[in-house]
Amino acid sequence: MTTTQEAPVSRPFTGTRREPAAALAARRVSAWFGSRKVLEQVSLDMPAREVTALIGPSGCGKSTFLRILNRMHELVPGAALGGEVMLDGRDLYDRGVRPTDVRRRIGMVFQKPNPFPSMTVAENVVAGLRLSGIKLNRAEGVETVERCLRQAGLWNEVKDRLGEAGGALSGGQQQRLCIARSLAVKPQVLLMDEPCSALDPTSTRRIEETLEELKEQVTIVIVTHNMQQAHRVSQSCAFFLAGENEPGRIVETGSTQKMFDNPDDSRTLDYVSGRFG
Amino acid sequence: MSDVPTVGIIDLTGEPTTDDDAISVIPDRSGPRDADPEEPRRLVSAWDSENVIATGLAGASSLAFTWLVYERLTPLSGIVGFLLSWWATFVVISFLVAWERRDVLAARDHLARTLAVTAALVVLVPLIAIMVGVIGKGYHSLRLHFLTQDQSSVGPLDSATKGGASHAIVGTLEQVGIATLISVPLGFATAVFLNEIGGPLSKPVRMLVDAMSAIPSIVAGLFIYAALIQSGYIRQSGLAAALSLSVLMLPTVTRTAEVVLRVVPGGLREASLALGAPEWRTTWRVILPTARAGLTTAIILGVARTVGETAPLILTTLGNTGFNGNPFHGAQAALPLYIFQLFRQDLPNSVTRSWNGALVLITLVLVLFIIARIIGGRGPGHISRFRRWRLARKGLA
Repeated sequence: MTTTQEAPVSRPFTGTRREPAAALAARRVSAWFGSRKVLEQVSLDMPAREVTALIGPSGCGKSTFLRILNRMHELVPGAALGGEVMLDGRDLYDRGVRPTDVRRRIGMVFQKPNPFPSMTVAENVVAGLRLSGIKLNRAEGVETVERCLRQAGLWNEVKDRLGEAGGALSGGQQQRLCIARSLAVKPQVLLMDEPCSALDPTSTRRIEETLEELKEQVTIVIVTHNMQQAHRVSQSCAFFLAGENEPGRIVETGSTQKMFDNPDDSRTLDYVSGRFG
Repeated sequence: MSDVPTVGIIDLTGEPTTDDDAISVIPDRSGPRDADPEEPRRLVSAWDSENVIATGLAGASSLAFTWLVYERLTPLSGIVGFLLSWWATFVVISFLVAWERRDVLAARDHLARTLAVTAALVVLVPLIAIMVGVIGKGYHSLRLHFLTQDQSSVGPLDSATKGGASHAIVGTLEQVGIATLISVPLGFATAVFLNEIGGPLSKPVRMLVDAMSAIPSIVAGLFIYAALIQSGYIRQSGLAAALSLSVLMLPTVTRTAEVVLRVVPGGLREASLALGAPEWRTTWRVILPTARAGLTTAIILGVARTVGETAPLILTTLGNTGFNGNPFHGAQAALPLYIFQLFRQDLPNSVTRSWNGALVLITLVLVLFIIARIIGGRGPGHISRFRRWRLARKGLA
């Protein structure tokens, strides 16, 4: 599918065409806020069609790393970074690559559900397309809304409430609405920053089921503080750790199975078994 | 749509799946809420009957005490002094009662509550007094033709019911309307600049806007007079008046809009940008619609700031006793100017006409505010019937 000569990231986005899930790779990524270094030389492969979990205690740079992956990091005043992030072999931070193109290919779901309060449930789903200037006719709009809400496991609950404001849904439903909204722009990668931390166990379970179904189509990278969740949903894991007044580093990466059962580093074992953190 | 299959990758056939039991049940909001009217509800308000009785008795005893002091013990007199003394005694007595019934903390709480309620009532007094005063003086001689006739054939000694203020009403509507058309886009754009773009220029711009809000209104009129009228660009007209009003309206609209935009959650901005939206679309489709109710308030405050302004109009539009519906040519009347000029004639009927104008001005402002609130005043989650209808046509509702 990527036989054209153009680079995948700078190819114009059409909205109706789906790119296959793509592998994401960070190469020696460092990050600073002002003069404070928060990440040092982080390298990580996030294979296509898999869920990669980023675990580690608070303040170790997981979220910063995640935001670097879709160029949200640079929105923070004073933020800087080094290294490369490769999507299908092309650097996201190359000159000439537009951040908006990157973010359309690499979607993001935030910790706090943030549906647009001025839009209805249905409008929220297609918001990403309309915000990118893509006009949908009636049939496409209806189809997109239903498909994305089904993918996010929300259709049955809200199919009669599509005209209500997005903020009228419950917290768990709002978060799945945000997932549906991210899926509507057909990203190749979906980043999730503690998507279940504000949700009850039932909603969490539904979102985890959603992830399981989605991973065939999009590469998923999820930050979580919940070890059981990381164990349940991910195929590979990366353990981040930051010393006192030191930038965050990756201690160990590997398959989830190995990280939880037989990690190489004793700190990983301590963390995943709940002895610290 | 495209050759790549988009539906069917995940087999969700639409029928509830086996995990249907995992769906948390959201109560139907449209259904009846009070299913069981028989069920008694417990009263948990602080204003239970005991409190009401205690407060009433405190009021009565303080009244008796003040009466005793005023009528029997001291030569004091005067209604204002009496009311103030009554109030002060009431505050003290109700404090002591609360202390006696509960403890000192509850008494302090009670005291703070009393003072806050008093402050609120004191603020209401001048407002109600103005309304009552204007209505009382204005409505006797107000006739329906006040809205359709002008003053061109009315002499100073004619009866107060003769003629009307249509010329002034139209003038005010046109002048404030043009000023709004100038100030609101400029003010909103400046607010968006200050909030969404920022940079090194934002500080001086914010300072300038603040300085601008301190310009005395007569100076705004003088400025337009010197810069545009004296130098021959435009003549004295409704347009000149509108320009001077927009000088006053701009800082109010800008500052209010800026504050309103600042409280839009940053998470919405991030959510939009993370979808790949450019910043201008984020502002246009997410930030501004979310802040709609607050932005309406910004417009209302801007209009309120200018609709009663008289000083800048004296120099820029001169006033007119006849009807001139063209704001771009010739002297035009305005309601504040009409009130001012007739009141200055100092003849009983002119003064009455002036009060008529004041009543119409207040009513006009009220009507404009109500319209603005209906159109834009609801919270961002309110989906109007019209919008729902439009969305339904697009299949999005």
